[in-house]
Amino acid sequence: MISQSSEATEVSASAKCAADEAVAKAGPLPVTVRDLTVAYHRKPVLWDVEFEAPEGRLIGIIGPNGAGKSTLIKAMLGVVPRASGEVLIYGESFERRRRLVGYVPQREAVDWDFPVDALDVVMMGRYGRVGWIRRPGRADRAAAMECLEKVGMQEFARRQISQLSGGQQQRVFLARALAQEAQIYFMDEPFSGVDAATEKAIVSLLHELRDAGRTCLIVHHDLNTAKDYFDDILLLNMRVVAFGPTDQTLTSENLRRTYGGRLAILDEAASALANARR
Amino acid sequence: MIQWWNSLPIHVTDAIWTISVGATCAIACALLGCYLVLRRISLIGDAISHAVLPGLVLAFILTGTRNPVPMMLGAMALGVLTAVLTEALHRVGRVPTDASMGVVFTSLFALGVILITVYASQIDLDPGCVLYGLIEFTVFDTIGFGELEVPRAFLATGATLGLVLAFITIFWKELKICSFDPMLASSMGISAALVHYMLMAMVAMTTVSSFEAVGSILVVAMLIAPGATAHLLTDRLGRMMRIAAGAALSSAILGYLGGVWLNTSVAGMIAVVSGIQFALAAMFSPRYGVIGKAVHNLRMGLQIVREDALGILWRLREREGRASISRPELERLLGAGWMTRLAMRGLQSSRLITASAAGDLALSGAGREEARRLVRAHRLWETFLSSELERSPQNVDESAHRIEHVLDSDLADRLDHRLSHPATDPHGSPIPRDDADDSLAKETPAR
Repeated sequence: MISQSSEATEVSASAKCAADEAVAKAGPLPVTVRDLTVAYHRKPVLWDVEFEAPEGRLIGIIGPNGAGKSTLIKAMLGVVPRASGEVLIYGESFERRRRLVGYVPQREAVDWDFPVDALDVVMMGRYGRVGWIRRPGRADRAAAMECLEKVGMQEFARRQISQLSGGQQQRVFLARALAQEAQIYFMDEPFSGVDAATEKAIVSLLHELRDAGRTCLIVHHDLNTAKDYFDDILLLNMRVVAFGPTDQTLTSENLRRTYGGRLAILDEAASALANARR
Repeated sequence: MIQWWNSLPIHVTDAIWTISVGATCAIACALLGCYLVLRRISLIGDAISHAVLPGLVLAFILTGTRNPVPMMLGAMALGVLTAVLTEALHRVGRVPTDASMGVVFTSLFALGVILITVYASQIDLDPGCVLYGLIEFTVFDTIGFGELEVPRAFLATGATLGLVLAFITIFWKELKICSFDPMLASSMGISAALVHYMLMAMVAMTTVSSFEAVGSILVVAMLIAPGATAHLLTDRLGRMMRIAAGAALSSAILGYLGGVWLNTSVAGMIAVVSGIQFALAAMFSPRYGVIGKAVHNLRMGLQIVREDALGILWRLREREGRASISRPELERLLGAGWMTRLAMRGLQSSRLITASAAGDLALSGAGREEARRLVRAHRLWETFLSSELERSPQNVDESAHRIEHVLDSDLADRLDHRLSHPATDPHGSPIPRDDADDSLAKETPAR
């Protein structure tokens, strides 16, 4: 963990907004989620999710398929409607602090045949701070190029995105998140389907972010690598099963509760519900 | 200027005005159509072009005139409503988007028909005009600006094109990010839903202003075809829009000339030209086109046969000590056929193999270099598969056979390094090195 004073200087160095600085000094946590419930067609996907993410940590969100991992991130970002609950970023609602949050969606979420090149995609990371209607300027372009360099993709800046490998596409997405210059990053399966070189690049990038006091919430599906990558683990299966430092959280008891019998019961209940409706 | 214009023969000015009406419509539609094509919602144009009818009728009933401004506003409102209802039905009713769109636009269209028959039966609606438009007759309905007579339809389509250009210029960034990654856009506070509805309103306005000229069916061709054509020809958004606009302009000109020449519907000809443009792009586009792909496959196939021939000659030398092979024997090993003959001719003309007076074929110096590279890549890959990925030596040959044609020497060097420079492959065959101490290379000096 980073000490309080260095955290304050870090924030003031990158986020120029005075309000952000005041907030960072006051010291509320980067992410607070309270009583978050999300439902699709009245069927709850997330129930009463509550946790507080400390600053400068890499937090893995782990759980079985259909546990609501991606939904949790999307609900926190406000792109999936919340049935109840609140999401606070440094003590204020997400809607007022969205510029402090960067997002790396799943690679499959976009159409890679879209006629743009890698640099165009990274430039999109700047759009949030540029604001409506105004055009990104030369400084934004330079910043985007720098972010491409950070992920080792500067040579591919002018390459159309369908002509990049899966790992390169993922790195472009990471560069775009870096271009958002956020304090907190939500990432959806950044390690899925990437080559060994990209995996290494992502890990070192995450360490850099953590050392700079950034907080990263990362959806991850591989239990084997989770303990190497993350400082904290949030075990999720519709509810928060456990949350805390990795070594204390990834216990066999907790894993059983996340992946084991509980899931089978929920499955049965869901299919019983589906049958009853028919 | 105006005097010069008015001194032109009437059929010339009529032709120019008609083409201008067609071109402004077509370009406005093409620019918006690029976004529809990219968002894979091309048919929403069809839906909106029908669903705006009740909006037009309501505007007429409320104002009692055919003033274009309230008509446009009514149409835009219905365009947005179509998008909202489609989305709502999809979410709440759990109906697939295409089905909910189908239900929404037909219901709204039917509502429009009922409104007309009940409240506005005095409206003069010509079904032919609604379906195909009457671009040929737009020159007869003009407004005078001093001495210049401008067709009323051109004022509508010209103003629409101006608004579309302004819309795209102002919201370029928003349209781009919301089309590519709506989730990211929304998380940044650029509401993807709002941008979507603005786009739908613009599509509704453009559709309505194009009605009179090209009708409600052909406007769909104008919306989709140029964007789809341009998407095949480029992979940059700005260029795609320019190509789409160019295709639209040329389709308007060629469509008019074709329509006059064949004495048929100009709007219909415009759509036909757009269709032909798309077919040509689909065939000849360098990267996605049928012809481009066929040429690429042929070249790849030829290269593989050529490289196989080099590999055979190398192995022959290695295993049996023979430096040459008769042409029929090599052709038999490669599989007889025109591909083989073509490949052999290529190998000889690029001097990779040489033929003796008796017609026996042997590797040249350059050919030997090339063959060494291939055999090396092949055997390094086999070694890599069996040692690093623990595949049995029996089934690595197939994969190596495919990879040898694409593995460049840089990657081969890295494999070599990673495997700590193995001397032989899993089958025990020597892995040729780049070094000059290769006994085979010594015998005949390289050219």
